[in-house]
Amino acid sequence: MNSGILQFITVFVLAAFVGYEVISKVPSILHTPLMSGTNAVHGIILLGAILICGASHGPLQITLGIIVVILATLNVVGGFVVTDRMLEMFKAKPNAKNDKSDAQDVQAKEAS
Amino acid sequence: MSLATGRDVAYLVAAVCFILAMKGLSSPKRARAGNLLGAAGMIVAIAITFTTPGIHNLWAIALGMVVGVAIGVPAARLVKMTAMPQMVAAFNGVGGAAAALVSIMHFSFSPVGLSTMATYQVFEVIFGVVVGSISFTGSIIAFSKLQEIMPGRPITYPAQQPVNAVVALGIVGCILAVLVDPTKLVMLVVLILALLFGVAFTLPVGGADAPVLISLLNSFTGLAVAATGFTLHSNVLIVAGTLVGASGMLLTRMMSQAMGRSIPNILFSAFGSVVTSSGATEKEGRSVKSGTADDIGVLLAYSSRVAIVPGYGLAVAQAQHVARELAETLQKKGVDVFYAIHPVAGRMPGHMNVLLAEANVPYDELKEMDSANSEMSTVDVALVVGANDVVNPAAKTSPGSPIYGMPIIEVSQAKAVIFLKRSMRPGFAGIDNDLLYDDKTTMLFGDAKDSLSKLVAAVAAA
Repeated sequence: MNSGILQFITVFVLAAFVGYEVISKVPSILHTPLMSGTNAVHGIILLGAILICGASHGPLQITLGIIVVILATLNVVGGFVVTDRMLEMFKAKPNAKNDKSDAQDVQAKEAS
Repeated sequence: MSLATGRDVAYLVAAVCFILAMKGLSSPKRARAGNLLGAAGMIVAIAITFTTPGIHNLWAIALGMVVGVAIGVPAARLVKMTAMPQMVAAFNGVGGAAAALVSIMHFSFSPVGLSTMATYQVFEVIFGVVVGSISFTGSIIAFSKLQEIMPGRPITYPAQQPVNAVVALGIVGCILAVLVDPTKLVMLVVLILALLFGVAFTLPVGGADAPVLISLLNSFTGLAVAATGFTLHSNVLIVAGTLVGASGMLLTRMMSQAMGRSIPNILFSAFGSVVTSSGATEKEGRSVKSGTADDIGVLLAYSSRVAIVPGYGLAVAQAQHVARELAETLQKKGVDVFYAIHPVAGRMPGHMNVLLAEANVPYDELKEMDSANSEMSTVDVALVVGANDVVNPAAKTSPGSPIYGMPIIEVSQAKAVIFLKRSMRPGFAGIDNDLLYDDKTTMLFGDAKDSLSKLVAAVAAA
């Protein structure tokens, strides 16, 4: 064990607590969008994919590198676009604008 | 400020964006802004990564990203609203595969050589490979169940749980072996076992529980990504991956609580399904009462209280507007109408609220399950539109049933029950519904939208 790994473990532990606390109150109507949104966030693996692909040598490694980048990109763009489409449904219609946002407030309160 | 410091600052900004995105996603008002903030953080993190020294093959990276966007955006844009949960499963699966591949490539092609890796470094790699692979194949199965490529009901075979336990033990054994002596052969074995385990442990999960399963797998992918963060010495990968891993676990628990079940119950409860299916075949001789739209229209028009119970069939048929039309027609006749909303009706929690909101159904007509149930005994007619499992009394009466313990909308308390259904086919969980054979139940077969339109005409004429 060197101090490098300890620093990463510190970040890991703190992030775990933040992840747990930050979504402590979620109304059930938002469970699926939240799942989809966090799904997009782990698309950050694209960063790792870029680093790995960027360090590849030879046709085999580069081919695999391209595949990883494709997979990770799918995760990122698919995740955010699907989440956005789900949340589009929550957008209030012009004629029902006030009703709707009130309704969501009530729901949020009930769930919490 | 040097470039390296600038990069770290950018990663910090991205990490904060992700945290705020999740915060936003847990409240209806800020959800959409939260998601966009997450996307912004992602763009910052990805863009700044290109300034890392020693990145070659830019053409290959660009090619991969272009192909990914070209497939991903249309796929996510064009998919039908009803197919959203399986799209989440699919995108989660590719994320898991990417995390596993990053770890594998780091391990296989590392210029340092395996023997020089410290034990903890090997562990980081193997953790990423195992968890990412489980998430990958598990997501494929969840996707196939939801897409109905394979049957949605739990798939069981003799000694299933012991076999799964052996596979799991095999994985643990291989991990220990790799830690002692890192060889590519054991690495390959553990990869195959992990891929296998992802399939094995998801097969017995019923299709109706798939959203909870996807949430769990989503959390797994997060952890796999965090492991690659350790391997690649990247704080932002660790932060983002761990955030998803931890919040995903909590979300999985909240989702299963909304269904009144525990996570082990969902993952391992398929035991009883064999009993249920054999019990169901016995009952096949029973008769079902089916009525015409005109008869039912009259019944509805002359009742004083009607509860509409929407389910997945309503979503598939896009019948939410006609449902509102029927409710309004009934209200004009002086009938008191409300919608009884089960929290997991449809295939994602909140599905029904969203659909009915889209059809401008007034919010005060939607009743959550608990308040709907307490009023159900005062209801003359419960009109079940394309729902089945969420009203199946087996959840209360039959301990052997896979859905036993799930709270249901207790439509059997109403004086009469009408099912709008396409066929006698069981619901998504694959379980027969005794209520369909009950004396006070009347069936109206057909597409939910057609049936509702006919009912609107019949009620107006009555």
